[in-house]
Parts: sequence; structure tokens; C-alpha cells
Amino acid sequence: MQIIEHFMSLSLIRTVLLTAFSFCSAARSLSTSVHLQAQAKSKKTLAKPGVKNIVLVDGVRTPFLQSGTTYADLMPHDLARAALQGLLNRTGLPKDAVDYIVYGTVIQEVKTSNVAREAALGAGFSDKTPAHTVTMACISSNQAMTTAVGLIAAGQCDAVVAGGVEFMSDVPIRHSRKMRKTMLSLNKAKTLGARLSLLGSIRLAHLSPELPAVAEFSTAETMGHSADRLAAAFGVSRLEQDEFALRSHTLAKKAQDGGMLSDVISFKVPGRDIVSKDNGIRPATMEQLAKLKPAFIKPHGTVTAANSSFLTDGASAVLIMSEEKALAMGYKPKAYLRDFVYVSQDPKDQLLLGPTYATPKVLEKSGLTLNDIDVFEFHEAFAGQIMANLKAMESDWFAQTYMGRKTKVGAPPMEKFNTWGGSLSLGHPFAATGCRLVTTVAHRLQKEGGQYGLVAACAAGGQGHAMVIEAYPQ
Amino acid sequence: LYYTISYHIISYHIILYYIMHHSMNLDVFRFNVCTRTHVSYEVKDNVAVVRINDPTSKVNTLGRHMQAELVEVINEIWGNSAVKSAVLISSKPGSFIAGADLNMFQACKTAEEVSYLLQAGQKMFEQIEKSPIPFVAAINGSCLGGGLEFAIACQYRIATKSKKTILGTPEVMLGLLPGAGGTQRLPKMVGLPAAFDMMLTGRNIKADKAKKMGLVHQLVEPLGPGLKSAEERTIEYLEEVAVDFAKGLTGKKVTVEKKKGLMQKVQDFVMGLPPVRKQIYKTVHNKVMKQSKGLYPAPLKIIECVQTGIEKGNAAGYLSESENFGKLAMTSVSRALIGLFYGQVACKKNHFGQPEREVKKLAVLGAGLMGAGIAQVTIDKGVATILKDTTEEGLARGQQQVYKGLNDKTKKKSLTTFERDRIMSLLSGQLDYRGFENADMVIEAVFEDLSIKHKVVKEVEAVIPPHCIFATNTSALPIKDIAAASKRPEKLIGMHYFSPVDKMQLLEIITTSKTSKDTTASAVAVGLKQGKVIIVVGDGPGFYTTRCLAPMLAEAVRALQEGVGPKKLDSLTTGFGFPVGAATLADEVGIDVAAHVAEDLGKAFGTRFGGGNVEVLKMMVQKGFKGRKSGKGCYVYGAKSKEKKVNSGAEDILKSFKLTAPPAVSADEDIQYRLVSRFVNEAVLCLQEGILPDPVQGDIGAVFGLGFPPCLGGPFRFVDSYGADKLVQKMKHFEEAYGNQFTPCQLLLDHAKDSSKRFHK
Repeated sequence: MQIIEHFMSLSLIRTVLLTAFSFCSAARSLSTSVHLQAQAKSKKTLAKPGVKNIVLVDGVRTPFLQSGTTYADLMPHDLARAALQGLLNRTGLPKDAVDYIVYGTVIQEVKTSNVAREAALGAGFSDKTPAHTVTMACISSNQAMTTAVGLIAAGQCDAVVAGGVEFMSDVPIRHSRKMRKTMLSLNKAKTLGARLSLLGSIRLAHLSPELPAVAEFSTAETMGHSADRLAAAFGVSRLEQDEFALRSHTLAKKAQDGGMLSDVISFKVPGRDIVSKDNGIRPATMEQLAKLKPAFIKPHGTVTAANSSFLTDGASAVLIMSEEKALAMGYKPKAYLRDFVYVSQDPKDQLLLGPTYATPKVLEKSGLTLNDIDVFEFHEAFAGQIMANLKAMESDWFAQTYMGRKTKVGAPPMEKFNTWGGSLSLGHPFAATGCRLVTTVAHRLQKEGGQYGLVAACAAGGQGHAMVIEAYPQ
Repeated sequence: LYYTISYHIISYHIILYYIMHHSMNLDVFRFNVCTRTHVSYEVKDNVAVVRINDPTSKVNTLGRHMQAELVEVINEIWGNSAVKSAVLISSKPGSFIAGADLNMFQACKTAEEVSYLLQAGQKMFEQIEKSPIPFVAAINGSCLGGGLEFAIACQYRIATKSKKTILGTPEVMLGLLPGAGGTQRLPKMVGLPAAFDMMLTGRNIKADKAKKMGLVHQLVEPLGPGLKSAEERTIEYLEEVAVDFAKGLTGKKVTVEKKKGLMQKVQDFVMGLPPVRKQIYKTVHNKVMKQSKGLYPAPLKIIECVQTGIEKGNAAGYLSESENFGKLAMTSVSRALIGLFYGQVACKKNHFGQPEREVKKLAVLGAGLMGAGIAQVTIDKGVATILKDTTEEGLARGQQQVYKGLNDKTKKKSLTTFERDRIMSLLSGQLDYRGFENADMVIEAVFEDLSIKHKVVKEVEAVIPPHCIFATNTSALPIKDIAAASKRPEKLIGMHYFSPVDKMQLLEIITTSKTSKDTTASAVAVGLKQGKVIIVVGDGPGFYTTRCLAPMLAEAVRALQEGVGPKKLDSLTTGFGFPVGAATLADEVGIDVAAHVAEDLGKAFGTRFGGGNVEVLKMMVQKGFKGRKSGKGCYVYGAKSKEKKVNSGAEDILKSFKLTAPPAVSADEDIQYRLVSRFVNEAVLCLQEGILPDPVQGDIGAVFGLGFPPCLGGPFRFVDSYGADKLVQKMKHFEEAYGNQFTPCQLLLDHAKDSSKRFHK
């Protein structure tokens, strides 16, 4: 009863808000054009002739929670719905103005394999708005966003919602293959005798379940193990990793306390309290971090629970539009989404080096250098992985030997790098992280007055992604 | 020829390849080396890091020079009070220490001299074992023989989990034993059963298995590329980890002793009981006798050394070890096995130079047992391969064979399913000639019929590019006859594979007078890539291998006709050292194939290839007794019982062709020598006629392709060690009873006349 009442009240609030927003939009569009002319540009814009300008209108996310905490009893589409509803609330977007929805997820809940559609329907989007789910490991929502960009650029859509959800509190655990086979045959067995004989064939070993692992299918190596080897390959010490992890938590705490994380929406979890903060940010001391034992390569490894991103539940969503449409609807976009690349490399020894490969490629595409970038947001899978990437980017030898480039691209300066925390501290719901990175870049560009931002991330399968984002003139 | 030989007996593991030739300074045992070239060390944080690197070779071996420098360095370390522990590591990627220097032993004239050398090694390792500071062996790459003995003398061992890291005691495969403390330390370290298994089989042990066995304490993951190459950085990382453990050992943070599980405790207790141990020695002894027929002395000596050490103490054990090693080094069996080892190394090189073009795309015609096998070993090495057949059914069978071959590897964990899929993606199964226009080499493995082969040559030559090589996989048809249909005979060559292709190591390449050198170079390059041991021989009926085997099989048929039962025949041949008995061999080859070959070669060589009546084989084929493939041959197959039953139908046929055995040449030993002397004489004749380029390839071909007893080292080494004169004498005796099948060839007679003439130096 209570829950139903709650939902009713929520939708009431939303209706009120929506009306309020639509009143504002006319005024907003006016102010935009004024700004456009007023601003003197310090750097050139990346707009290309003949290419549509595509903008990020806004982005939100649910608080990222350590799995097994407040979200524990939900299902993935519940979280996704919360993010979608949050986006609607935040933008005041009329539900039928959305042409398409693309959503990412990694560990699939089999009941909602097209989680995009289930969440969209549940969030009250028009049942006339198609939705599909994409998966590309930790860059799934990046893929969702670039799919949206593609749809708009191709002239097929004007307004697309993209996002991603990951729910690690519950993962599909399967019966063993043998047991599944028996159970499927059982369905087909016609006589009681046949059924009994099938039941009789079940052995104790059939009952042992198959657990999903964060392991590469091609190499059977878990990601943490690969990260430890990667850190060792680049000579990243335990101390460096712990320091970077501590930096991430410290900066995240500062950002949280300073109210920078404005992409986070409040979410009333059914049966629980309202959640409005990430709960994995825990700045510790170096001594505390040093005490932890290695989690993957024992006893001499360097990757620990504290310098790795933790299992997280969370969802994110962004609204992407063609610039004309956004302006026509009265929005003040936050940023332009410009060039992007996907890269892939050896899934064994270079599993997590995506940013190293993607960064120079996307900069080249945009005609920029590393120095032009004001804001860097890299996905922090492991502190060791970030440090390894920074060292690889700083190495001419690596660029020449493995990437076929003449020189190194260079490592981003730390004062511009993940200054509001990162996946290590904020959390990393696999398929939701991409939207967080892009939204954060947009917010940081606005706050810090920069013009270009760079997002880069690694992903399982030895893949990677980078995107250049340009601040929308304020 | 199409047959199976129990390949594990004659298959010399690839590891032996590592213990390769290398020039060693043998003249002086220099105790005062002014500038060290093989061993260096530096002290890091009170840890002495000792690096070994033989500048004259790709692998490290324990030779006199290396040993002298090691002794010197270790003494310096012990003299340095700042050093609290030491790490022993190789700077070579892929090789820790691959074993002792074989040349060092071969240069010795007497068993005592060898024993003396070993005692020096034993002493060095004993000092390390009792070292006041702990030694950590950091192992990356081959750690074999003396290398492993060195490592297990250290207090702690860390190994990389690299595919190249293998530990083992392969000495037994060279007719020797682990002579530098191995027979004494291994049983204590891994337990009696595992130690026997290691030393008696010589098998390679991978790092993770070694950890489970207790042979190494820690594993280090191999690294990918970082700011240095993967190999370089992995060695550096191994060193860093080893230094940490060395410090831990000094600071007592790391303990050497592993906590023993309950099973281990029970096993230790049981092994502590003298009657149990006695029973183990006995069981192992019996098993060795059964498998080796007493023809190989090394395994028995290994058991003896282990037993002496455990029952009579260390001193007696070490003495037994060094003395027995000395004795073994002087045996003809060890010389034969070492000869095969060197021969194998020689046959794994391309003596025809670099081919003009690398074969990047290969096509195989015929998806039968051979064709599919050839395709499998080709894609396995990353070469894109077309497998073409004429029927969908035949193609599907062939593709399934390839898949099964690879999938079986995934079950044994030597391949991941992902690697299997990647390899399979290189195979293109098809019924047409699509893609042949890009092929660099075509290997045909169609039915053994000259007119079919001619048709195939013409069809293929119409679609392949000018540079493409055409290789024919035939076991008996002369290559020049097949080449008669070719417009480009310089590009045509014979490649005779042995079945099962993925298991048998030999490849016999046959060149005609028209085959170009580049074509040969290319065929050898492809064979080497496929992992084959290669002999290159001249053209003629049966080339070399089939030609040697045919007279022996003819003699086997005669023996059967004379009333020697298949079982008796098998036990006589295996008793001589053949891994598979003659009757079983005929069944495996296929009676029809044997009949075919016997008839063809009979026509080509006349009565010298006579003996048994070909009609026996033909009659068997007529009755459907084609060997294992048809379920019946000399034996009956199919039933899963272990005991093979003699086919009574075949016995009836033999009875109808019964011959009287001449008593003067029908004793067991006579029958053995009748079989072997015909084989050997034909081999020598092949050398005399120039079919064979040298005795080394003759020995390798006979042992790796036909299962000639490895303990004899091949037909040529056998003549050397047995004595050509004695063999000629025997043959003349047989000649009196049977005629020209036993007439010794001229070259054999020459060797008999002049005992200084030898095939091997």
C-alpha cells in the first residue's frame, strides 16, 4: 500500500515539475543566443562543416552504492528506471519527445535481457519509443551514447536517451550445463518412466552451480589478475597504487562535500530510505592501505581491494540531442559531443591499456594535442591500471614498438586529471560509468571554464574508448 | 606409410632440442678465471643476485667453464659478510639451465673419468644445499637435468608460469640418470612415486604442476610488454620477486617448509615403512622390465640409486649415482640414444637455405586421415589452410578429425578453447578450387593410384599460381612417375607423412632429379614449421622408409607361413626393441596397403623383396581381413577386452600357405635377425645407391618413422656397434637357407672387410 502511495505522489510531483520546466524553456532559449554572441572564444571550436553538432543536454545518475547495500533487493531495471526518471525530472523532457533509447548493461539479468525496454516502459516513456540494450563491458554506456550520436548524425533521430545500469547485488548463477541439459530433457520427456530415469541420472556433481566471474572468456584470467600483471609490467609499485587510490578517495570526498557531484539524483528505494549519496568514498590513511594483502596475485602482487574499484550498483542516463533540436526545445546544452574512437588490443597482456591506445587516436582526429585538453576523466578500474596507462602514454618506446606511432602522446597533468574522484572511490557500476565520465567532463568544463575535455576508458575484451567533449558556450 | 607406432616410446620430447650443440672449452678446468664470461653477480640490499648467461649458446648448460665460474662466484659470496642471501637466475629468455654439457661426458674415455666429473658436481650442489645463507633459484625457461639438480639443491625455488618454463630430468631418454644428486634429492622432495615417475619417464613438468608436486615453492606470472619487452621485463620481475623472497628467508618471514596436508602425512608415514618401500621398488622394477624388455639399462640403475640412497644413506647414494652414471655413459644404448638426439637436432634444421617465398597459404587435397592430419599440423602453426575433398561426407569427416585433434588438446589443457577456435578459423573446408589461385603450396593426399594422382596434378596445375609448389604425399609411388603429368616438374616434390600425422614426428621429403633446390628448401621449411623431424631422400620405389620396411614385412609373412604365430612374432620383434610387433604393425598399416606395397616393390626390386607369399596378404584382403580398420587382420579387434585375440580366419589362410621352417635358421634369435638384417641391409643399400644422403638421416628415418629400436640407434649405428662382419656372417648363414633375400650389399661387405670403416664416428 505504502509503496503505491509513494509512487503516486512521485508522479504527481513530476507532473508539477514538468509544467514548471516547460514554462521556463522559452526564456532559456533566448538567453542562449545572447550568450553565443557574447563569448569570446579562446580556442577554436571543433565543429566540422557538414557534420551535425550534437549536444549533451544533461546527465544524471543514481547514487553509486557498494553492492549488497541499500539497493540489494532491487532488480537491474529498477535502478535503470530510477536513472531514467531522474533524467526526465531534471530536464523536464516531455516523454514523447524522445525518439529512441539506448541503454548499456554488462551482467545481464536474463528476465530483462533488453533492460532498456523494460526500464523505459517502467519509467513511463511512451510505449511508442523503441529501446535497445548494448553491451561492451565497462564502456557499455559509452557505446550507448555513441550509438545515440550515430542515430542523430545519420538524421534518424533528434533526441535520444542513453545510459547504463549495473547491478552486482544479484547476478545470475546458473545450474551446471549437465543439470541444465537434464532439466531441458525433462521438459520433453513424455512418460513418467522417462522422467524418473532422467531424475535418476542426476549426480551430486550436477548440482554445483556456475558462478559468473569477472574473467576474460578468451584467457580465463580475472581482471584483477591482469591488472596486477599490467602494473608489474610497467613497474608500478604498491606505494604508487595506494597513493593514487588515496588521491581518488580524497578528491571524491572533497567533491561530494563541495556539492560538485550534481549529477547524482536522490532515489527513494522501495522499502528503504531515500539515497542521495555515493557510499563507497572512504579516504583512509596510507598506513591502513599498506596493511591490506594482495587480492589476486598472492603473496607478492600489488593490487589490493583498496586500490581496485569495488563491486557497485548504479545506473546513469544522459539526454543527447542535435543542437538545433535542443535549442528549439529551449534547452541550454552542457557540452558538444565531438570525435570519439573505439580501440582494441591484446586481451591478455594489454587488457586494460585502452586509454593509451585511444587517447592519441582521438586527439589526432580532432586535431588537438594533449596540451589543448583542460579536463581529463579517465575510468579508474584499478590504480595500477591508471598508473600503467600513464607510464605507457609517457613512453616513446611503447608508442613506437606497440602502437606504430612516432612519438608518445604524453601523460595528462595530474591537476587536470579526475579531480572530482573516479571509479576507485565513486564506484564502478560497469555499464553506468561511461555516462558519469561524460557528464562529469561537462560539469567540470562549466565549473572550471575550460573548453575541451577528454574521456577515456578501458574495458574487458582488451577494448578501449575515448571521446573529445567541447564545452557549450556559456 | 599409413600406420601407428606407439609414439611415446620413440618420441623424443622437444625439450631435448634445447640441449643443443655448443662449443665448450674442454681443455682446462680453469679455477681462476680472470674475467668471468658466464656468471656474474651484484649485491642488492644484502642479496647477491647471481646471473648466468653462456655467451656462446642460446641456452645455458653446465659445462666445465660454467661450473668453474659458478664455484668461484659462490665462494666469493660466502666470503662476503654483507651478503645474507642469494638469488640464482638466468639472463637468457627461455632457459634457466637446460642440462649438463653432453660433450663434457662424451670426451671422457672411461667410466671413472665420468664419475669423477660428476662427483665434482655433486660436491658443488651439496655445498649449496648446506650453505649458511639461503639460495633462491629463480627459474624461467628450461630447467632440465643438471639445471634442475642445481635448483633443487637451493633452499627455495620460484618459477615463472610461462609456457617455456619446464622442469624435468630427461637423462633417461639419453640412456643416463640424474647424476648430480637428482636421484637422492628428488625422492625426498616430491615423494618416491612422483620422483620415479619423473626420472623414469623424463617427462617435462610445467610450472603449475611443479608447484603442486612441491618441486617449486612459488609461481610468478609472466608479464606482458611494459616499458621493456615482455621477455626482458618478466626476467626482471622474477628477479625482483626472488630478491624479496630471499630477504624474507633471511628475516624468517618466509618459511621453506610447506605445511603438510593430511594425505601427505599419511603418505609419508606409509613410505616410512621399509616393507612398503621394498614393494614399491619391486613394482617399479617389474614395470620397467615389462616396458623396456630389459633393453634399457638406465631405468634400472635409477631405481638402484634411489634405493641405495634411501636404504643406505646419502654417502652410499651419491657414490652409487656417480658410479652408475659413469657406467651408463659407456654403454652402447646411451651412445645410440645420444646419437639419435644429435641426429634429431640435425634433422630439425633446413640445410637447403631460406626459401624464396614463405608459404603463407597451403592447400591440402583429400580430407582423409592423412590429409586432415596434415591440415591440422599446418593450421596449428598459424598457416591458413584449405582442406579440399570431393564429397561433403569426406570433407565433414576430415574437418571433424581436425577439430577433435585440437579439442583433445583442450581437454589435456595444453590449449585453451579460445586458442582452439582461433586455430580452427584458419581452416577452410571446401569442395571446389576456390582460393587455390593464392596458394603457395598444395599437398595432395588422395588415393594411392597413379592415374588419379595424374588427374589431380593436371587439375591443380590449371588453377595454382606459377610460384606454387605441388607436393605429393605418397608412400610408395615414385615421384618422377607422378611428375610425368606435370608441366612444371621443378615445382614438384614428395612429402611422405606418417600416420597419425599429428603424433608421428617424421617427414620424409623426396626430391626427383628435376626438383629445384628452392622447392626443396620450401618443403623443408613447411615441414619444420609443422614441427617435423625431416629426412630428405632421393626418388625411387618406396624411397627410403617404405623400402626398408617392405623386406622386413615380407620376412614377417614368411615367418607366419612357417608357423610362427602372430603373438610369437610380436613378442620376438618387441623383444628386439621394436615398439610395435611385426604382426600388429601389419594390422595397423593395413593388410591391403601392405599387399599393395609388397606387390609394387616386388615388381620393382624382384626376388630380393620376396620371402613371404604376397598371396597370403591378398587372400586376407579378399576375406576382409584388412587389419585394424576392418576389425580383423592378424588379430580380431573391436571387443574392448585387453587381450588381443588371434584371428582364426587368418590362421587358416596361413595354414593353407604353410612353409616348412628350415631348422638351421628358425631359432628365436634367428627369426629376429632375419627380420632385422633385411631391414638393415636395405637401409645400407639405400645409402650405397644414394637414395639416402647420409647415415644420420637413415637412422632418424628408421627410428622416428618405422620404430626401429631406439636403443640400437638406427640401422647404421646398429651395424657400427654390432659389427658389420658379424652381421654379414649371419646373413650369409640365412642366405644359404633362403637365397638372395639375404645377400649383403656391397657397402655392408666393405664395412665387414675393414673394421675401421664406420657409419658414425
